[in-house]
Amino acid sequence: MSHDLQITASAPDPALLDLPWDVPLEDWPADRIAALPRGISRHTVRFVRMSGRVIALKEIGETVAYREYALLRQLKRLDVPSVDPVGVVTGRLDPDGEPLEAVLVTEHLQYSLPYRALFSQALRPDTLTRLIDALAVLLVRLHVVGFYWGDVSLSNTLFRRDAEAFAAYLVDAETGDLHRRLTDGQRNYDVDLARTNIIGELMDLAAGELLDEDVDELAIGDLLVERYQELWASLTTEESFDAAERWRVAARVDRLNDLGFDVDELAMTTDIDGTTVRIQPKVVDAGHHSRRLMRLTGLDVQENQARRLLNDLDAYRAATERQNDDESFVAHDWLTEVFEPSVRAVPRELRGKLEAAQLFHEMLDHRWFLSEQQQRDVPMPEVVRSYVDNVLRHRRDEQALLGEDS
Amino acid sequence: MATVTYDHATRVYPGTERPAVDQLNLHIEDGEFLVLVGPSGCGKSTSLRMLAGLEDVNQGRIFIGDRDVTDVQPKDRDIAMVFQNYALYPHMTVADNMGFALKIAGTPKAEIRQRVEEAAKILDLTEYLDRKPKALSGGQRQRVAMGRAIVRQPQVFLMDEPLSNLDAKLRVQTRTQIASLQRRLGVTTVYVTHDQTEALTMGDRIAVLKDGLLQQVGTPREMYDTPANVFVAGFIGSPAMNIGTFDVSGGNIEVGPARLALPRDVAGKLTSEDNNKVTLGFRPESLDVTSESDASAFPVEVNIVEELGSDAFVYGTLRGPLAQKDDSVITSGAGDNQVIVRVDPRNVPMKGERVFVTIRPGEEHVFSAATGQRLS
Repeated sequence: MSHDLQITASAPDPALLDLPWDVPLEDWPADRIAALPRGISRHTVRFVRMSGRVIALKEIGETVAYREYALLRQLKRLDVPSVDPVGVVTGRLDPDGEPLEAVLVTEHLQYSLPYRALFSQALRPDTLTRLIDALAVLLVRLHVVGFYWGDVSLSNTLFRRDAEAFAAYLVDAETGDLHRRLTDGQRNYDVDLARTNIIGELMDLAAGELLDEDVDELAIGDLLVERYQELWASLTTEESFDAAERWRVAARVDRLNDLGFDVDELAMTTDIDGTTVRIQPKVVDAGHHSRRLMRLTGLDVQENQARRLLNDLDAYRAATERQNDDESFVAHDWLTEVFEPSVRAVPRELRGKLEAAQLFHEMLDHRWFLSEQQQRDVPMPEVVRSYVDNVLRHRRDEQALLGEDS
Repeated sequence: MATVTYDHATRVYPGTERPAVDQLNLHIEDGEFLVLVGPSGCGKSTSLRMLAGLEDVNQGRIFIGDRDVTDVQPKDRDIAMVFQNYALYPHMTVADNMGFALKIAGTPKAEIRQRVEEAAKILDLTEYLDRKPKALSGGQRQRVAMGRAIVRQPQVFLMDEPLSNLDAKLRVQTRTQIASLQRRLGVTTVYVTHDQTEALTMGDRIAVLKDGLLQQVGTPREMYDTPANVFVAGFIGSPAMNIGTFDVSGGNIEVGPARLALPRDVAGKLTSEDNNKVTLGFRPESLDVTSESDASAFPVEVNIVEELGSDAFVYGTLRGPLAQKDDSVITSGAGDNQVIVRVDPRNVPMKGERVFVTIRPGEEHVFSAATGQRLS
């Protein structure tokens, strides 16, 4: 082992030192290698067992290796789904003293699959669409934080099963750059390249007879562009409307939730005379909402319920023009002025049919429905009356149903 | 094919005050290979990305041919970023690997085949067209990737440090290939690198940038022989030029004990800001070893001799009363207070020896001590 060998890592594992760095990755002994499916790469990539886990090694130029390592660390800090960087190994020499390429070490993403592995097994017809959806979501999330990928492709992405859908992770940041804010040119270039690469990758699968003959490669490529643009527009478009049309705040938020995004603080501004409201949403991760609602109100509810309640709280805050007030004070007032009165307005005998948070959630649904129908902001007491009479009375008692159906 | 024109093109990143690229004026001829070079943060990549449509142009315009592309989306600019993605598809033939982007664009089959065959001929890949990439060598794969860009027949090729992730050997090989290929294709090419050797060996012309400002643009020879300022002088050339600031007295530049005549026309350009000093540059190969008796000779103490077979370089310290006043009086690629001298490889001095050297007449570069601009 050479004395020049240098390992840069944030939390170095001594086992890294025992790996045969003096051998080109291509020739590493089979007992070290973890047989995992690999994507297409221009570099030599190997998966290796170490200390009971699996790491991914990529041979790459030294400066590029350090650069990618730093970028992956930044992406991690920004909470973007990407592989965990472990370190960079440089100064490798073979037994004859000839220098070998530097190695970027990343953590292998457990349960993840490259797209080629997903296609080598029988797939349901809509799987391809779900993969594209996942990639579109990832690309939007990267662009929101200012990351220009430069080489978007299925090969540079890993997929993890996530209930009925997939979650996509960035695995190759070699051509990427973090910016304060992306230009439209950068985003469009990324999307266009993604389209070209995806179609190329699918054509390759077709050439290898790994793809169902009915799949239209071009249509799948176009679908990514479409899904991306839809998501991007929903997330970033600033919308302004008359102050009397406040229901549109909730409509916007619902649209985003439907697209699978959680909305944190909606940036809402009202102009001086209060006639126009402008909103622009921001993105956060799942799990955030139940924690935030708990902190603000003490209500302990499920994530999707929490999301709904918080969105209403934000709408309340904008409606009462208290954007500059302490959030917890506003939350307390919302709890006592909106949430509790609404729930308590439901007749006692009907209240037990659903848990409180679910009741309120359904009332919000009902309010949206009424407001859209009547094209006005329907006040909460009116909503509650209509909800109780037209919806809740006709519902089965879920408390009693529990266990019967399941 | 087309010319490329930057017309006062400026890029200011949001939240910053100093432009990343400041009023860039640059005209690139049809078919020319232009290299943008400079240290990191100089604005070279930003300039390229402005042309690619990846960076906004905040002021000024950019033209490809006569077409103003300042506000045109990247994919509509008829440019190709080469090497962005050269992972080859294993199940596709070499021909399909090269032509798939045309297929996506809906180009007729016969035309795709024709363009692919033309590109393959230039790239020496004809006999491999119907094989799978697996059968190719590393260099051939690289050429297939270039073929992808070529078959699109863009107006301009853009290359942003394309060799940075290759190992040293393949880098030199590919460098030569790209340069000769570009000449055969005759497609206008803008190439970004931080490596001045790459710039000198590849470019028809080189544009040197620093702090977002274009320092000089010219042929490799012009950049080497008549650098416009101290920065370009120090940046271009390997080993780097020796550069020092010296007193001017009685029409002479005082380098240690040596007196070098300052040409009258150059002396006339000195201003009060220069404070009777000039910055003098001389390349290692512009020095002759001579004897102490020569009035224009100055002593250099040998620290180390680097023998390269065809050449030998002395890395030494400037000696003499004036030289010792300030350690940083002279700099070179080897560091402060270091002078590099090319010597006859068959007659090299010993370490610790003191040699006397003169600057060959006419090979000195004189710059203003105040502004760094060329005076000679």
